[in-house]
Amino acid sequence: MSKGEIVILDCWVSPFCLRVKIALKEKGLEYEEREEKELLGKKSDLLLKSNPIHQKVPVLLHNGKPICESTVIVNYINDNWPSPPFLPSSPYEIAQARFWADYIDKKVHDAGGNIWKSKGEAQERAIKDFIEIVKQLEEGLGERDFFGGDTFGLNDISLISLTSWFHAYEKFGNFKVEDHCPKFSAWIKRCSERPSVSQVIPDPEKVYEFVLMLKKMFGLE
Amino acid sequence: MEDELVLLDFWTSPFGRRVRIALAEKGIKYEATEEELFEQKSPLLLQMNPVHKKIPVLIHNGKPVCESLNIVQYIDEVWNHKSPLLPSDPYQRSQARFWADYVDNKLFMALRKTMRWKDGEEQEAGKKELIESLKVLEGELGDELYFNGESFGFVDLALVPLASWFYSLETCTGFGIEGECPKILSWTKRCMEKESVAKSLPDPRKIYDYLLERKKKYGF
Repeated sequence: MSKGEIVILDCWVSPFCLRVKIALKEKGLEYEEREEKELLGKKSDLLLKSNPIHQKVPVLLHNGKPICESTVIVNYINDNWPSPPFLPSSPYEIAQARFWADYIDKKVHDAGGNIWKSKGEAQERAIKDFIEIVKQLEEGLGERDFFGGDTFGLNDISLISLTSWFHAYEKFGNFKVEDHCPKFSAWIKRCSERPSVSQVIPDPEKVYEFVLMLKKMFGLE
Repeated sequence: MEDELVLLDFWTSPFGRRVRIALAEKGIKYEATEEELFEQKSPLLLQMNPVHKKIPVLIHNGKPVCESLNIVQYIDEVWNHKSPLLPSDPYQRSQARFWADYVDNKLFMALRKTMRWKDGEEQEAGKKELIESLKVLEGELGDELYFNGESFGFVDLALVPLASWFYSLETCTGFGIEGECPKILSWTKRCMEKESVAKSLPDPRKIYDYLLERKKKYGF
């Protein structure tokens, strides 16, 4: 398959774009990355045309047809290229996976955001809430190697991408996820060893510097 | 062995209605319970949905499935012999999921805001967002019969429970669906011609009476 058939409208620091890149690599697919040049400024014509509703990255263009919203995109990739599968085979287990996908989408990134956006007591509360969510996920993982069971799946992809911002939260909040959730940290390490993850995950220090820039921009120092 | 299906629900919830419509589309028999949402939650609900403690929950042979759109997809996958709700083509499926996500995250969020009696400003903001998102959906519907094309499907099912709230929205906030979004109104009427929808949605006047009762209870 030629590179030109799969294009991702991308942003290097976005954990949502990261999900798509990991998914494509897991399926062994070649793709072209088009970085949005101005991260927080003017959006490209292609982005506005491909995602007029939300005007956000990631967008997957497959043979020119756009698919938007990272979880929708990863599900599309899985539907269109079934091997290796990101979801289990039984409808009940798929439903459990989708439940956790929804939980991950609703809770993790916002809770992390509350940490770097706040100070003092509010930050203490934000850290507490964040740890509770990670603990809930740790419980959901149980004794398995991955959220997908024996295999790296949809929720592993969704969640490992969000952990690319964890170093920034830890630095701003002066805490370590490992101290509270050692099993979860072991899962992060396990996933990070996969080439599909290590080849695309951004440098945690660079993510920290980006978030620092955001703080300055929003007057949140 | 016959399947045992129990739906933990509350009659005003548009999310519970989605599940009822899906079950009706597939011709599946089930038992429904009315959960207490604002007082003490039942031990069964807490056991079946310990993470969110919310309805709807579908219990299939003792095993729970939570989150309405997740439940609908589960129903579609298990009872795949009739009335498919999601398209089979991966691209069409992705579009259906995108719009169902839009209905959840934009439209129903806006509906919640319009019901915030305490905060007039938030209510106004909610109304504006609701109208905006309905107009976007009108654009997406275009001249098709349903969001799924020629037949009723996933996005139609996700959105149609809003119909029970039109009367309350008009009476309480002055938002008239006929004037603002006539295509959505005609699409709603088309959906209501389906037995699975008509028998699954509550009477809009009963929703209004319920809202009035709650307003009185909380002193508005």
